[in-house]
Amino acid sequence: MAIISFTDNLKRHVDCPPRDVAASTVMEALRQVFAENPRLGGYILDDQDRLRKHVAIFVDGALIRDRARLSDPLAPASRVDVMQALSGG
Amino acid sequence: MTTKLRVGTRKGLFIFEKSHGEWRCGEPCFLGEPVSMAMADPRNGDQYTALNLGHFGVKLHRAEAGSARWTEIAAPTFPKASDGDGPALEQIWELVPGGDRAGTLWAGTIPGGLFQSTDRGESWSLVESLWNRPEREKWMGGGYDKPGIHSICVHPHDSRLVRLAVSTGGVWESADGGASWNLTGRGLRAEFLPPDMAHDPAMQDVHRMVSCAASPDRLWIQHHNGIFRSDDGGHRWTEITGVKPSVFGFAVVVHPRDPANAWFVPGIKDEYRVPVDGRLVVNRTRDGGKTFEQLTAGLPQSKAWDLVYRHGLDIDASGEVLAFGSTTGNLWLSEDQGDHWQCLSNHLPPINVVRFDPAGPEEAPG
Repeated sequence: MAIISFTDNLKRHVDCPPRDVAASTVMEALRQVFAENPRLGGYILDDQDRLRKHVAIFVDGALIRDRARLSDPLAPASRVDVMQALSGG
Repeated sequence: MTTKLRVGTRKGLFIFEKSHGEWRCGEPCFLGEPVSMAMADPRNGDQYTALNLGHFGVKLHRAEAGSARWTEIAAPTFPKASDGDGPALEQIWELVPGGDRAGTLWAGTIPGGLFQSTDRGESWSLVESLWNRPEREKWMGGGYDKPGIHSICVHPHDSRLVRLAVSTGGVWESADGGASWNLTGRGLRAEFLPPDMAHDPAMQDVHRMVSCAASPDRLWIQHHNGIFRSDDGGHRWTEITGVKPSVFGFAVVVHPRDPANAWFVPGIKDEYRVPVDGRLVVNRTRDGGKTFEQLTAGLPQSKAWDLVYRHGLDIDASGEVLAFGSTTGNLWLSEDQGDHWQCLSNHLPPINVVRFDPAGPEEAPG
């Protein structure tokens, strides 16, 4: 199983503990989480299901390439980290 | 007289209440989060706060009357495009009650969407009749990258009659609850456009539009290049010129019962956007724009660089109390229609929106 976890900054707004997922892409993994936690989806994806501009996702330590469809592949034991990009003031 | 004032800032919502003759600020709500709009619904006391989280998108929260317990509710979202290349909500820029239609709310957004909820914000739908108008091709960003709807005026005696303004995109009216729209705004003039386009009603940069509650066909606009007044529901506008120290600004309010009384916060147009000569003044007209007074008592008259955003000025339901806040984090309030101002804080975060709560039933003006 892959494991997906979320930045602590997101936990301030919505409960989102780490979770095991059986998924072959980043989007599949997110869909599994959102099915149980639909409010979380709006914090990570925009109206068109693109990754929000200031959110970054790493798969096994590498930044994902497909921010529009989140099709980056996962290995069976991948680690997915949903982080916030640094910005603001 | 109003006793509660909501101040939405770059770093949270601050609620001031008048108690024992003094305006005091309670503990902040949503500390650290940018607040783009705040509203208390006069029909049932529902409180709304719109957030623009830097990383995680636009969120809308509601609390029941008198409660400090906020619950996240649905934010407007644009319909999904088949190619995935459609718009995404960037900001809730206006939020108003829908008049006598219980539970109905209107929201104006960036990009320039108008959304309606009929269930107190539990769900929203894009008003496609406006979104699909071909004139929207002419709308442009004004300060933000994308155009936005920042002013919505619901007729108090006929809630199907809705007027709104776009920066930049002019003035629009629906007489059928949003089913269809007319581009109005004849007489508005955009000095920043090529001369042959200056009067194109779909390209006007309205900074803020307000209507008089008792005479809703009487409206005022603070436009990018001037002040305009309409006496016919926004169809035709008269430009008010020669106002000192400047006709430039973002904010305007009108007295709730006397449409000839309006207030503005002028600045230097348009690259500077600071008070003229560092003197912060509020301009007031009592005669429909024939003459203006510069109100200064209690306001800094040197080295003041405060900018007041379009939602940063408000007047209460009695027409006596005004407040305004600046991007420098200063907040002033007057209880005599602007003759004298008191500073409530010099230390707030940059202020986006200032909103009085409606008077309670026992406080309603006679």
